[in-house]
Amino acid sequence: MTPSFETYAAIRFGYGLRPGATPPQSPEAMLAALAGPDLAAADWPIAGFAEKAEAERALGLLRKARREKVDGAEEEFKAANRAALVVSAGEMRHAMLRAITGPDGLRERMVRFWADHFSVNARGKGLRDVTSGYIEDAIRHNITGNFRDLLRAASLHPVMLIYLDQVLSIGPNSRIGKRAGRGLNENLAREILELHTLGVGGAYAQTDVRQFAELLTGLFYNFRTGFDYRVQAAEPGAETVLGEVYGGGRTERLADIHAALDDLARHPDTARHIARKLAVHFVADDPDPALVAALEAAFRDSDGDLMQVYGALLAHPAAWSDFGAKARQPFDFIVAAFRALGTDPGEIANLNFRKTRQFLSGPMAVMGQPWQQPPGPDGWPEALEDWITPQGLAARVEWALMAINAFGRDQDPAAFAVAALGDMADDRLRRIVGFAESRAEGMALVLASPEFNRR
Amino acid sequence: MAHNPNRRQFLLRSAALGCSAAASPFWTPITLASAPWDTRLVVIILRGGMDGLDVVRPAGDPLFAEYRPNLSDDAASSDLDGYFRLNGHLGALAPLWQAGEVGFAHAVSTPYRDKRSHFDGQDMLEAGTGMDVGIGAVRDGWLNRMLQSVPGVDARTAFAVGREDMIILNGNAPVSSWSPEARLDLSPQGRRLLQALYHEDPLFQEAGNTATELVEMLETGDAGDDGEGDDNAMMASMMNAGRAARAGALARFAAERLNQDTRIAAFSIGGWDTHRTQANGIKRALGELADAVLTLKQVLGANWDRTAVLAMTEFGRTARENGSRGTDHGTGGAMLMAGGAIRGGRVYGQWPGIAEAELYQRRDLMPTGDVRAYAAQTMQGLFGLPRDVLEGSIFPGLDMGSDLGILR
Repeated sequence: MTPSFETYAAIRFGYGLRPGATPPQSPEAMLAALAGPDLAAADWPIAGFAEKAEAERALGLLRKARREKVDGAEEEFKAANRAALVVSAGEMRHAMLRAITGPDGLRERMVRFWADHFSVNARGKGLRDVTSGYIEDAIRHNITGNFRDLLRAASLHPVMLIYLDQVLSIGPNSRIGKRAGRGLNENLAREILELHTLGVGGAYAQTDVRQFAELLTGLFYNFRTGFDYRVQAAEPGAETVLGEVYGGGRTERLADIHAALDDLARHPDTARHIARKLAVHFVADDPDPALVAALEAAFRDSDGDLMQVYGALLAHPAAWSDFGAKARQPFDFIVAAFRALGTDPGEIANLNFRKTRQFLSGPMAVMGQPWQQPPGPDGWPEALEDWITPQGLAARVEWALMAINAFGRDQDPAAFAVAALGDMADDRLRRIVGFAESRAEGMALVLASPEFNRR
Repeated sequence: MAHNPNRRQFLLRSAALGCSAAASPFWTPITLASAPWDTRLVVIILRGGMDGLDVVRPAGDPLFAEYRPNLSDDAASSDLDGYFRLNGHLGALAPLWQAGEVGFAHAVSTPYRDKRSHFDGQDMLEAGTGMDVGIGAVRDGWLNRMLQSVPGVDARTAFAVGREDMIILNGNAPVSSWSPEARLDLSPQGRRLLQALYHEDPLFQEAGNTATELVEMLETGDAGDDGEGDDNAMMASMMNAGRAARAGALARFAAERLNQDTRIAAFSIGGWDTHRTQANGIKRALGELADAVLTLKQVLGANWDRTAVLAMTEFGRTARENGSRGTDHGTGGAMLMAGGAIRGGRVYGQWPGIAEAELYQRRDLMPTGDVRAYAAQTMQGLFGLPRDVLEGSIFPGLDMGSDLGILR
């Protein structure tokens, strides 16, 4: 069946229906909300990276003291570490609550989309969770501007520099390189080309990766001194990336890196890569080529103005057809379930650390999407088949049973189906869930239904 | 998924029915559905690009220490054959090497070249195709195409273990996937209704049916495996779920299935993308790999003798260490082979040398062998698959070459 515009808008471009909340009424209204003030961020604040960096630095000092067996350092480290975990859990709840309560679902979805496009996973690099702060600084403020600014903010953010090893890459012929015998690390250069801009099918070769890696040397961050462009670590001389020459002036300059990033942002392969990714994420795993072409043209013609691209997406007929071609990812599934249940935001905000693990982060991991720990810099998979697996589906049913027992309101399953799915809750679905032995199980079946897990 | 009994299976069934049901150890409903062979294959995908030169080190060449001043410390490694040394973090496998149950192939790779993308590299590794086919053009995996080419296969014959999708097993042949920590505590009525809900959606129907069947099988078949089986177990699994199951847990689950009617299992081990401080960074991944192999051997028991394990990666890494005591994406690498069916205790492959002119693009270990040839010869030996099927449909365009002698 074909859902109404409202159902489409709420489910495909937002986090689903919520009793008492009015779904978007038109593409214009959706774009206007996105261009307007960020209300959800004000309601549920999340600290930026600078604040986390301070905590991270303090934790690093305690870790060192503990290694050196300073009196009491062990206890102090453990307490600080616990405190950091508690803060992270709170940030996760706030990120969820923005999507659960926020009036502007498209904004939250775009934040997740771009955070995934510029994926970081800084665990294992000696860091606790700094991803939330990175998303807050680099992504959230930049999703309605120009891609050029988003690219610069994300790919040069300290968390990205650490995650993709740029802080360790030294020009072999730079002062530091020669003195310490250090050299390049290609990681960030490769992923900017392959993932952030041109895409793996783009017109670059290994020599471009190498040259770009040389150009990127000098970028540095540490928790004590902050961001720094270190000329003494930058590879001397000019570099040629995709046929353009950068640098080669009297001294190495950060401005040359910015110029190269700007050129990558406006490369036609980048327009194609971003257009396709947006269409795949929002509409279909194998999207209508006309939709991709329309997004590509909007990106190219506006020189990367993201609002223009979103406008082209919402204006295209393909965006409003073929409902259910995508799967709600586990984060989306949990958020949409809380929306459908009409759960009081305070109940979620007040979950303690243990319950946050029990109800939110633990189950999300079993469903295949541990919070802010994507498998690699390419982010989460998109295909329906990646998410609708036996083990993933079982985890969704399990969570639904548990969450309804804890947060449910003992609603009539058929009525709950309508609250969750609007006009997508057809007779058949309402009848089947009505046969359940208990209301809770009937409600869980609604959340387990194909209709609720597709978008 | 529909299962059409064929003649061969029918004969097997008749034979089974001919014996006394009570007396035959094979008389279980599961055996009736099993594939028509008794050998087992485990494929482990090592995601992130395992540095073959660090795992099986060409320490006999002085260039190795020159290329890798921080990654060539001999102290913890052990001698394999006078030229190669085994990374110390795989030390737990040394007894298996001695017993001929662990071996390696060196200077091998998939046909993937030049862009050195993890993600395309893994897609090609799992698709089993060559550079002549566009990446992503083939959506099914080579293990699935292998299943399509033999009779008697049902959904339990092959298992993808773990949370993530395994392209290597995707395709038209029915396969199962499950993660050891998953549960499904719906009432019988709830399960029936779930089936009704999924009736008109094939993807959900298949996933839901598999989940229900597996849960029922695991509940009855593996009683005692986890004695709780109630809300506590569910809560415990939810609580501990922050971390993905370690390789040992995946290997245990795979081995338990392989001891039943499953003959092929695949899972992944990540953590190989060692761009920095690799001496330390590779420790966890190698520990997981060693643990997986040892767990398979332990749980498989007597079945280990009929098992081959292939652990393969999307590409190797640069011959020289990079500027941060790690290595960047490369080309040729190594694969690990294990199991009682493998003729281990040796390093297979044509060693190209590591002098600069001998490297691929003066940078990476030159691949002289195709990992697909090792996989094809393993399947030829284990399952009796004909060469034309292996070179035609399973690995299109592959030249398997002459017998490498990797099986006992």
